[in-house]
Amino acid sequence: MRSDPADYELVAPANLQAAVSLLADDPGSWLPIAGGTDLMVQYAAGTLRARKLVSIWNLPDLRRVEVLPGEIQIGAGCTYTDLREHAVVRDEFPLLVRAASWTGGIANQNRGTLGGNIVNASPAADSLPALLAYGADLILISVRGERRLAYRDFHVGYKETKLAPDELIRAVCLPRHFAGYVSYARKVGTRSAQAISKVCMAALARVEGGIVYDVRIAVGSVAPVPLRLTETERILDRKRVEPSIVALARKTAAAEIRPIDDIRSTARYRAAVVSNLVAEFLEKLRAGDRP
Amino acid sequence: MTSKERAKREFSLVINGEPKTLRAHPMERLLDVLREQLGLTGTKEGCGEGECGACAVLMDGALVDSCLIPILQAQGSNIVTIEKLAGDARLCALQEAFLECGGAQCGICTPGMILAAQYLLNRKPRPTMEDIREGLSGNLCRCTGYTQIFEAVAEAARRGVSA
Amino acid sequence: MEKDHIIGLPAPRKEGRDKVTGKARYIDDITLPNMLYGATVRSRIPRGRIKKITFDPGVPWDEFVVVSAKDIPGENCIALIENDQPCLAEEIVNHPEEPILLLAHPEKHLLPKAVEAVNIEYEPLPAVFSIADSERRSEIIWGKDNTFKTYLIQKGDVDAIWEKAAFIVEGEYFTGAQEQLYIETNGMIAQFDPKQGITVWGSLQCPYYVHKALMALCGLPEDKVRVVQAETGGAFGGKEEYPSMIAAHAALLAMKSGRPVKIIYDRAEDMVATTKRHPSRTWHRTAVSKDGKILGGEIEFTIDGGAYVTLSPVVLSRGTIHAGGPYYWPSVRVRAKAVATNAPPHGAFRGFGAPQCLFAIERHMDRISEAVKLPPAEIRRRNFLKPGQTTITEQIVREEIDLGKLLDRALSLADYDSKRQRFAKQNESGNCRKGMGIAAFLHGAGFTGSGERYLSSVVGMEGRADGGVRILVSSTEIGQGTNTILCQIAAEALGLRYGDVEIARPDTTEVPNSGPTVASRTAMVVGKLVQSAALGLKQTLAGCGMLGRNYTPEEFRAACREYVSTQGQLRSFAKYEQPADIFWDDQNYRGEAYAAFAWAVYVAEVTVDLATYGVSVDDFVALQEVGRVLNPVLAKGQIAGGVAQGIGFALYEKVEWRDGRMQNGQMTNYIMPTSADLPPVRIFFEEMGNTHGAYGAKGIGELPMDGPAPAIVNAVVDALGIPFDSVPVLPENIFEAVSTTGARENTVPSAGRG
Repeated sequence: MRSDPADYELVAPANLQAAVSLLADDPGSWLPIAGGTDLMVQYAAGTLRARKLVSIWNLPDLRRVEVLPGEIQIGAGCTYTDLREHAVVRDEFPLLVRAASWTGGIANQNRGTLGGNIVNASPAADSLPALLAYGADLILISVRGERRLAYRDFHVGYKETKLAPDELIRAVCLPRHFAGYVSYARKVGTRSAQAISKVCMAALARVEGGIVYDVRIAVGSVAPVPLRLTETERILDRKRVEPSIVALARKTAAAEIRPIDDIRSTARYRAAVVSNLVAEFLEKLRAGDRP
Repeated sequence: MTSKERAKREFSLVINGEPKTLRAHPMERLLDVLREQLGLTGTKEGCGEGECGACAVLMDGALVDSCLIPILQAQGSNIVTIEKLAGDARLCALQEAFLECGGAQCGICTPGMILAAQYLLNRKPRPTMEDIREGLSGNLCRCTGYTQIFEAVAEAARRGVSA
Repeated sequence: MEKDHIIGLPAPRKEGRDKVTGKARYIDDITLPNMLYGATVRSRIPRGRIKKITFDPGVPWDEFVVVSAKDIPGENCIALIENDQPCLAEEIVNHPEEPILLLAHPEKHLLPKAVEAVNIEYEPLPAVFSIADSERRSEIIWGKDNTFKTYLIQKGDVDAIWEKAAFIVEGEYFTGAQEQLYIETNGMIAQFDPKQGITVWGSLQCPYYVHKALMALCGLPEDKVRVVQAETGGAFGGKEEYPSMIAAHAALLAMKSGRPVKIIYDRAEDMVATTKRHPSRTWHRTAVSKDGKILGGEIEFTIDGGAYVTLSPVVLSRGTIHAGGPYYWPSVRVRAKAVATNAPPHGAFRGFGAPQCLFAIERHMDRISEAVKLPPAEIRRRNFLKPGQTTITEQIVREEIDLGKLLDRALSLADYDSKRQRFAKQNESGNCRKGMGIAAFLHGAGFTGSGERYLSSVVGMEGRADGGVRILVSSTEIGQGTNTILCQIAAEALGLRYGDVEIARPDTTEVPNSGPTVASRTAMVVGKLVQSAALGLKQTLAGCGMLGRNYTPEEFRAACREYVSTQGQLRSFAKYEQPADIFWDDQNYRGEAYAAFAWAVYVAEVTVDLATYGVSVDDFVALQEVGRVLNPVLAKGQIAGGVAQGIGFALYEKVEWRDGRMQNGQMTNYIMPTSADLPPVRIFFEEMGNTHGAYGAKGIGELPMDGPAPAIVNAVVDALGIPFDSVPVLPENIFEAVSTTGARENTVPSAGRG
């Protein structure tokens, strides 16, 4: 443990209002900490730069799921376990549930939060491709009120987001329109459990009469931010899955990503695997597998 | 009182069924508070990064890695450590099964493993081998190759585990 | 002969109750009054001269104890084989993370900042980071030629065989460093008293190694150094020699401060600064007859020892002797060397040279099988050692081992033939390739050659006042079951119940030196001495007329109580004596290398996923002949754990080096298998007995480390039809190989294979 607890301030506001007030008092000087599964690792390693932290763990306003007719609003403070156990999330958003199930071990899932995963903004984060694939919106909150933002616009660069210094993510909104879609999720990590991903894909599409509609392919760990493969989606839209289309999709996907060599893997490997996972997804669409 | 001592705050928790009040810096890790202030050394540090599970405890019934929890976030919570599971002189079914099946070799991962197994059995009293594998996937063991640990959990499940 | 009544039974782990209740006390669970915490200031460069050390302001330095090499009362070295490794670097540093200064303070949270605030200026020197660089000798970093040690084995006339060969098969094989990754990191507490001397408690395998090192370092006599083992949370060799270093550091701080000092490494420090498995390169060139028999060959075995000698000569020795595998070599030349690089010294890790060279020979056998066009099983069958034949060191195989039969049984258990036929068909299409691989191997138990005689181990047995007995050994429990099996052996030898026997905590003031807990020697060698010491105790009681020829446990206890109350201390000691038929020529590296070999055949079934290039091990058969299974639960546990580490070695565990420093020193980036990555390992034993081991036992602690890597890599090669000669085989390696050569479309065997 390489940090001195005496050097840190940590406060626990009683509710969401108190939390955003504190952030507004001195924007940028208080770092929100929810489940701590990322920040406490930095703290123990002696690399946490922030000295003042505000706990937003288990605030009721952040940890509830609102099910509306057209969308579901998942509180940013929901843990991965909360996601896995919520009936509607389980039934209608399998990509997100899969992602939650392969984030760390059970103990990590009981503490890590969806909001934390988003704000930490690691390109390797497990749930982010699922959110991109579902076309999520974020509701951000500050003393100035709430604003709604398309999640796909949230990440602007490596670990850089549109979150203002006095803002928190209050909820993640997912449209409830994926009944009957075929979904595909795969994480390629350094091992089968408890691993940081080398490549992570979340994809879904509607298949009618052998034609593919509304295809969404999102990938993590292959660019500074999680990515929707919009070019690849475009060439697949309203097509039948055939060898020539698969070949084109592979090529297009490989060209859309910007993977790097890092401590876990290589750019060439990542590119090859993304291409293979795209082909796997398309094969699932062609075979007519259900969700 | 030094300024450092003044910066400490008071926290109240229930530890293994007993209410406790203590003074600590809010960012002290629950793991360190348990081990150093409360002398409950059964919970271990293996990595300090939430990977090995040796520090696992139950917090309000949920399995968590205590190395990742600032004591402030444990304010008012109910903590169960390995020391609670040995009810007086008798071992619980999990502990008996670990002994019989060879689930503990060097023993350092054992408290965390048993807590993880307890959490699993609390929610799934009749787990499949797949359930056991997943339930314990956040607990690393370097000695056993896991097989005899899983056998122990399965055996405890067969005998019935009191939550 | 009477049936054994406790040997062979699953006696419960002696210290198990404390382990499952959290009561077992590991070193970080222990606090002494008035205790300070210690930390180490380490080199940030791989090699250079220390020019200046300054202490940044902002740290209350007057509150700290600071120790440098100048504070060392005795010799500034960690005494082991050669005395080249300093305890604290003085002028020159030779590897990243080399210890330079020690700090202590009552508040442990102040230490990391203080360590960062020590400013060291270096004059860098050119450094060497690989075996190839070291051999090039453009920079000499150790001795005259960067070479710690060499061995040469020559058997028969190697130079004459090449012209007779129908096939000459060459191959080069590489293994990387591997981190032991015990879940409990290294830790020590030291206390100094001018009258009593130094006492250390710690996580360790070999109390007497630490004892010897501290005597030299502190300039203290034998009776002024006391070493006590705390419950140890895994070791695997990583706590064989390294604890002497951390004990020395704690001792120096304790001596300077006059207070007890605790040093516990966090995971990152433990990973980057302490020992790892020696990386290796093995080159084989083998002459093979047209019917697939080895005529002879040349083997060059080279290991990277890191910056100082430490145990490299012994690791090299074991690797050299095992280099031929379980095969008959009519002639062979083995040239082995250990070279220096500017990395933290590499050290003991389960297997100790054998996993490296056995990986090579077993991959090479598959390469030979391809060249000769015989199936992998058949090429092995034709070359297995048979009773009466000699090993590469010309040791005669005296036991009636039938390796062909062992192989047949393993293949049958693995359903090898029908699976391979099925896979050949399956591999014609789809996105997965399946394969099976074999590894046949042996592992010598105990110290090599005259090593056990040199160790001259002593075991004690004490009759207690309450009538029970206590075993006195320095052999440590590190999870493998020392406490349990030694108590079983004593109970068996004395006709007592398991509960009548206890074992003393290894404390150098209380127990004799039964040798280090290494080399798979504890059950076999120390166990046999426990047997002897037990019989000695019995003889003493019988000699006084207190015990008849037949007796019940209660009668024994009564006799023991009587003896102790009337005669005083009841103790018996047994000392190792080399069996008459063990003759070893250290000069020519020839003769009886080990008192006993355990033999094994492992079979792996793998799937390679061509979408992710990942390998999953779907089934694993581990069949071994081990002399005698003393405790089936513990024996199975050893094999299962060793296989898991072997799977890690084969597929997951890679140390990423940059300039001699490990870059992935966290559990999140150094990948050991989780339960999700391991197949159910199917474990089978055969028992042929062993005259040199307790109740016929051979050593098994390290054996399971030798087989998994070659079995798995052979299986991957079988699946893909592409050679892999290096471990670990990562998905990235498979991807590069497949995209260069292309996975073969099917594995229908060519004529002659199958």
